[in-house]
Amino acid sequence: MRHTISVLCDDTPGVMTRVSGLFSRRGFNIESLSVGHTELPGKSRFTIVTTGDDTVLEQVRKQLQKLVHVIKAWDIKHAEAVEREHALLKIEVEDKRRAELLQIVTAVQARIVDSSASIWILEVTGDTSSVDNAFNLFKDYHILESIRTGKIALERGPSRVMKK
Amino acid sequence: MGKAKLSGAKALVRALESQGVEVIFGYPGGATLPIYDELAKSSIRHVLSRHEQGAAHMADGYSRVTGKAGVCMATSGPGATNLVTGLANAYMDSSPLVAITGQVPRPMIGNDAFQEVDITGITIPITKHNYLLQQASEIPHVTQEAFFLASTGRKGPVLLDIPRDVQLEVFSSHQAKYPPLEGYRPTVTGHPGQIKRAVTLLKSAQKPLIIAGGGVSLASARDLLVQFAEKADVPVVYTLMGKASFPNSHPLCFGLMGYHGRIEANYAITNADVILAVGTRFGDRSTGPLKTFATQAKIIHTDIDPAEISKNVPSYLPIVGDAGRVLEQLVELIPAKKHAQWTLELRQTAEEHPLKAKSSGVTIPNILRILKSLVPDPIIVTDVGRHQIFTAHYFPVDSGHSFVTSGGLGTMGFGVPAAIGAKVGRPDRTVIDIAGDGSFMMTCQEVASAVAEDIPIVVLVMNDYCLGMIKQLQDASYGRRYEACKFGRNVDFARLAESMGAAGFKVTREDEIAPAIEQSLAAGRPAVVDCVLEDPGNVYPMVTGSSLLEYVE
Repeated sequence: MRHTISVLCDDTPGVMTRVSGLFSRRGFNIESLSVGHTELPGKSRFTIVTTGDDTVLEQVRKQLQKLVHVIKAWDIKHAEAVEREHALLKIEVEDKRRAELLQIVTAVQARIVDSSASIWILEVTGDTSSVDNAFNLFKDYHILESIRTGKIALERGPSRVMKK
Repeated sequence: MGKAKLSGAKALVRALESQGVEVIFGYPGGATLPIYDELAKSSIRHVLSRHEQGAAHMADGYSRVTGKAGVCMATSGPGATNLVTGLANAYMDSSPLVAITGQVPRPMIGNDAFQEVDITGITIPITKHNYLLQQASEIPHVTQEAFFLASTGRKGPVLLDIPRDVQLEVFSSHQAKYPPLEGYRPTVTGHPGQIKRAVTLLKSAQKPLIIAGGGVSLASARDLLVQFAEKADVPVVYTLMGKASFPNSHPLCFGLMGYHGRIEANYAITNADVILAVGTRFGDRSTGPLKTFATQAKIIHTDIDPAEISKNVPSYLPIVGDAGRVLEQLVELIPAKKHAQWTLELRQTAEEHPLKAKSSGVTIPNILRILKSLVPDPIIVTDVGRHQIFTAHYFPVDSGHSFVTSGGLGTMGFGVPAAIGAKVGRPDRTVIDIAGDGSFMMTCQEVASAVAEDIPIVVLVMNDYCLGMIKQLQDASYGRRYEACKFGRNVDFARLAESMGAAGFKVTREDEIAPAIEQSLAAGRPAVVDCVLEDPGNVYPMVTGSSLLEYVE
């Protein structure tokens, strides 16, 4: 089963190694990982997608919580959260297919963020299945390069992160 | 102190002094010389090892008998990597340690400089936490934090990696503000609701049992455990790490549990209806096959580390907290009760299954029997192997912090240096290392350290000219094909000891055992007794099947 874990931690050198190293050391799988600053100065937040049953999830969470720089690690319930992924695709555009490609771009709410000669860079944002969906639709065109971020997730309602 | 200028090295030594550090076990090198230069001006004693692994085990042994964090120090590169086994050993057994390593100067980090190694990277999985110091002004705060982390919550090793130029950097000492450790808040007191539920469960039990783990000793909660067991009349079994957590000769004590456990201990686990497990992580050597482990029992698991709850064995009722504090809470609420039928059942099982090894001749059980009669209450240190399990069974330990062994990592070579550390920590006690001929040779050079530093330990080498535990496994599972387990012509350990300035004895007959031990104790310097075993019998009981009750005894 797939789980999303949120980790609030100190933004210090090596914290990434400690978090990701813990997963490999304990034999936990990382499906995706994204990390960035938060509204709290000096703090970072990871969103990690992992697979395993509930017991594995609980072990992951507790082991993360043991890291000295981790302030809080918790499981994010899919139904109670807004989840987003971001993707960039570099596509070669044939003149005769330009119009239909543009239709798909509009349909999946992608944006053309760069265009030079016959090459476009498209930006897609959405939950995992929307991004999957966009990739499916662009599959028939010549994708030169593509890249996806890991998922980020935020729960609806009041903050679960402790305030000072 | 105003704005006194001081170097990183001086700040470190001051910080160590203010932590009450009395001794550092170490080995110098180019990258730690500034610290040594300051150490020379300090009252802190330095014990020079002959190998950095030895220094780490010494600090570990020191910590296990004193309850204080042990300190070891090594230089950068190979010095630091030589600490790795010692750190892993301390980590597995939750031993509080502060390790200090030198590092190449900051501008050279990452350039593959001479004797450069990424020791913080290497030790992430085997330390509770580690630091690469970036500037001298951090040293006072970080050192304080390192001791705090090492010796609170689930204890463990913490490493400080200090670049040489940081040691030399001069800074104005002032009280800088550092953020608190927001994410580090160990739970000490057991949740009152869980305590009440535990008491209710224990009250209802017909066949209650206590599993005493090493956490009881780490929390110095042995007396409270005795109090609880006596008040509630609950039998006790122990893990290898928990051997000193309950007096072994106590009528409620039913011995070592697990893979090499006593029949009555494993019988108790299998038949108990409620188990109170205190300060144990249910390591595989203590549980045996998990599927059949304690299936009749509702398990109350109390541990300082929440991640241990239901990690290996599902717990019916978890109590996160310090073993001492939780036992205090339990003792207060538990009513006095007798479980005469149950304890009788266990006593009968014990009588039906006495330990069966030969108790005469130059054998490990007989040597241990004679040792016990000559030295009733020593600190016993062991190495790792067959002699270790023999010692767990045949040498009752009745005082706290008096059994030092490498339980989790199973580090051969732990014995001699750990005994040295133990003797430094408790010079008032007799410290005896029970070693194997394999284990002894892994760190025997530390006998020279003991001689030079005047640390009179006694090492009894159980010499069977082979790797006993390997041979036993090859007996059991590899058709007696003794590949790579026999040493052939062995070293003359008595002469080896003498060459290092220690007293050396050789025992080949039963009547030589007692005199050799007596002379070792009277030698006034480190002593090594080469006990040439006549019949290196295998150590039993041993679980051979899919449950704790399928065994060879």
